[in-house]
Amino acid sequence: MSAESTILFALILPLAGAAVIALAGRINANLRETVTLVTAGGLAMTVWSLLPAVLAGERPGVTLIELMPGVEIAFRVEPLGMLFAALASGLWIINSVYSIGYMRGNKEQNQTRFYVMFAVSLAATMGVAFAGNLITLFLFYEMLTLSTYPLVAHKGDENTVRSARVYLGILLTTSIGLFLPAIIWTYSVAGGGDFVPGGFLAEHIEGPAVGLLLGLFVFGIGKAAVMPVHRWLPAAMVAPTPVSALLHAVAVVKAGVFTITKVIVYVFGVEFLFSEPSSGWLLYAAAFTIIAASVVALRQQNLKRLLAYSTIAQLSYVVMAAAILKPLAEIGAAIHMVAHAFGKITLFFAAGAIYVAAKKTEIHQLKGIGRRMPVTMTAFTIGALSMIGVPPTGGFVSKWYILAGAFQDDNYVALATIILSTALNAAYFLPIIYMAWFMREDEAPGKEHGEAPWPAVLALTLTALLTIAFFFFHGATLELERQVVENLS
Amino acid sequence: MNALVDHFPALQVVVPMLVAPLVVLLRPRGLAWAACTMASILSFAIAIQLVQLVLANGSVGYLMGSWPAPYGIELKVDALSALLLLVVTGASVFALVSGRESLDGQIEAGRQPYFYAAWLLALAGLSGIVVAADAFNIFVFMEISSLASYVLIAGGPDRRALPSVFKYLIMGTIGATFYLIGVGLIYMMTGTLNLGDMELRIQAVADQRPVLAAAGFITVGLALKAAIFPLHVWLPNSYTYAPHMVTAFLAACATKVSLYILLRFDFFVFQGNLEGHALQFAFYLMPVAILGILVGSAVAMFENNIKRLLAFSSIAQIGYMILGASFVTVAGLTAGIVHIFNHALAKGALFLAVASFATVAAGLQLDDLKGIARRMPWTFGAFVIAALSLIGVPGTAGFVSKWYLITAAMELGTWGLPLVALILISSLMAVVYIWRIVEAAYFGEAPNEPAAPVRVSPLLVVTLWLAAAANIYFGLVPELPLTLSGDAAADLLSHLP
Repeated sequence: MSAESTILFALILPLAGAAVIALAGRINANLRETVTLVTAGGLAMTVWSLLPAVLAGERPGVTLIELMPGVEIAFRVEPLGMLFAALASGLWIINSVYSIGYMRGNKEQNQTRFYVMFAVSLAATMGVAFAGNLITLFLFYEMLTLSTYPLVAHKGDENTVRSARVYLGILLTTSIGLFLPAIIWTYSVAGGGDFVPGGFLAEHIEGPAVGLLLGLFVFGIGKAAVMPVHRWLPAAMVAPTPVSALLHAVAVVKAGVFTITKVIVYVFGVEFLFSEPSSGWLLYAAAFTIIAASVVALRQQNLKRLLAYSTIAQLSYVVMAAAILKPLAEIGAAIHMVAHAFGKITLFFAAGAIYVAAKKTEIHQLKGIGRRMPVTMTAFTIGALSMIGVPPTGGFVSKWYILAGAFQDDNYVALATIILSTALNAAYFLPIIYMAWFMREDEAPGKEHGEAPWPAVLALTLTALLTIAFFFFHGATLELERQVVENLS
Repeated sequence: MNALVDHFPALQVVVPMLVAPLVVLLRPRGLAWAACTMASILSFAIAIQLVQLVLANGSVGYLMGSWPAPYGIELKVDALSALLLLVVTGASVFALVSGRESLDGQIEAGRQPYFYAAWLLALAGLSGIVVAADAFNIFVFMEISSLASYVLIAGGPDRRALPSVFKYLIMGTIGATFYLIGVGLIYMMTGTLNLGDMELRIQAVADQRPVLAAAGFITVGLALKAAIFPLHVWLPNSYTYAPHMVTAFLAACATKVSLYILLRFDFFVFQGNLEGHALQFAFYLMPVAILGILVGSAVAMFENNIKRLLAFSSIAQIGYMILGASFVTVAGLTAGIVHIFNHALAKGALFLAVASFATVAAGLQLDDLKGIARRMPWTFGAFVIAALSLIGVPGTAGFVSKWYLITAAMELGTWGLPLVALILISSLMAVVYIWRIVEAAYFGEAPNEPAAPVRVSPLLVVTLWLAAAANIYFGLVPELPLTLSGDAAADLLSHLP
């Protein structure tokens, strides 16, 4: 298969999978789950088959249709998108295994709709990753918002629907109200929106307008959850945990920071933004988000909400790293996308496993749970250490590069933020770990339980291993990012 | 065959008009519907042919009885009218093909032949307005279509339609009379009714007061007919209480045809000749467009009857078309005109879906629609697609209009920015009123679960999905409407000095 058709196949496969899942759901649940797993495996193979070519420096692309004169639906695989697609498609397999354990263990309703919409969301994610220009990216960005709405509202009761309304409301408001005008502005000044290494806005716009346009992009891309457009993420925690794990720790939120990074690198151009003082605010906005979200996380009682605020902080790490506008920091941004994905999906898997096995959602309920669920809590501990950035976990690698980038520029704001937030991360994760392992269960324990169903345990073990493995083996990621950075100059 | 092609502009009107009296005679059940549908499909085919001719040749003229232009009656189909013909005949076909059962349920069997005859007359009238090239024939066809639509709207079982249609009749007549007064004044000054001829002859008298008065009368009269805010009050109730398929047909095309005359008359006759008219046109229409967009969307956000909600949304959407036109630039006019087409696609599909809900739900209040998506997932799926197109989500037809409209507003420079904000804010308001329906339909508790699943006509579901698919298709491949509206915009502006 040529690279062009591989790209299209990666988009069509999850959609076709969704259709087959819908049909299979009418026949038999096992068949439906098999189709999900096969689709996930097929997608990962398809996406990963593009990797060697991209590593070799090729940038395969395909133009689908010309929407309007100068406005095309086109795809181009570049290292950043390759990384994102490989990450999301690979984790989808593990997440599907987990979903089976979680959804069955919880006896959830409407499971077919769940698997169908999950596949559609993945198709949208692939579209975001491979988009060759702003309008294509926007198309799939909106598709991702809309296709995840039924997943967030899955439970269907009043509280869930209200949260889902917040989710959809904020994401659509920001994207239509800010992101779309930013895109149209870009197209109207530059006559196009194709992603170009080194950016293309340099000759077309100058002065305070740069900062304004950057603001429209950053806050319009609500999925990146830079404060104050972060409220949708805690709201999205009403979704079943597999959704929170893959979509709201990896696919959706990473689509946000990925888009921001892509806009900085391929639309504005790093050097242009660096030379333009009006864009400096982004660093502070991201730094503020990191600290503020970590402080809020300290005060959370609900485990998933804590993880959500931790995600908000970690997303802004990526934004801040990209905003340092130095090569090493850009590498750090991309690596952090991956490292955080492994760590956070593990944490969510663990939270979901605890819910399935013990029906516990609050942090104070977790006393002594490590003895009942040792595998789950070991994985949770590894994930938490990665969030804090302790070696040997993936979180250390990305922090290393971000710090190195900050030193390159003598950027003390970024340095102080990272140090302070590391302390805060430790402050809200370590008590949980301590409680789980070293405290006694309350007098009246809940029902007797052990580990969650085996598919869930298998999944979280795998992601925990990946978190550690990423510390040792991140060569391919580094190489991909080196290519992005090379293109900068 | 070639000879027949030459007569297409006339046949566009003649076919439905001649079939209409025949339909009255068809008493057996279903036959009237079949004849009406056939005539409608034939008209649609003619419209498609005309579109191709226009795309190939620019414009198609026709002289009735071969009398030369200013003396005889001239018909003319250019890019703008071809697009409108497509919308009018297409809406009729979609509503009729899918609407058999819905209309059977709403129209007494004995009255059906008359009803379908009125439908064809409305179709003939609307097509006639679009092909006519002289001011008086436009008036005649306007009256034919209006009278027929009064009958259609009042034809259903809902008695509340009667006072609404009476209001429509009064206001529609005032609008038509205003238009006629304007045309009379111009005729007095120029001695011609042919629009092309008028454009030339009016130059000599352009500074005379009767011509100014005529411009005022015509613009206001047509604004009334086109339901431009604040002259829209006849529209919501008429659409709400009309038979569902009539709403689908008229909502897709009726007001747009009036808008068409407004654009045509203004750009052909007034814009280039009356001093300062372009500014007057912009300053009169832009504020009402803005208000229409905001008020229409705001009312829709709080409306509980789904048909009335969509009717108020129409008022806002008409505002978009006017807003685009009020820029008096190629980009703005293109945006306004392409939205005529795209909005017809979206709103037509939405009302088809509503007709489908009506066969199942007890009523059309949001409370009645709770849980309906679980009972009719396919129908509601199509509704969601059309609704996304109405909001202007990328990948749907509505996005193309939004893109063009925002680009056109940005071209205006600094004072276009508030307009960009307005368009975006109103899009978000559309999200709100659409999502109220979606939430009720998917997550609301059904008031009382039905005893037996109700069967919806498969023809309705298929047609509805065709309409929904068209929203996606023209969102991804918008070449046809864009070419036509781009040509139309260039053509309209070519009449400016």
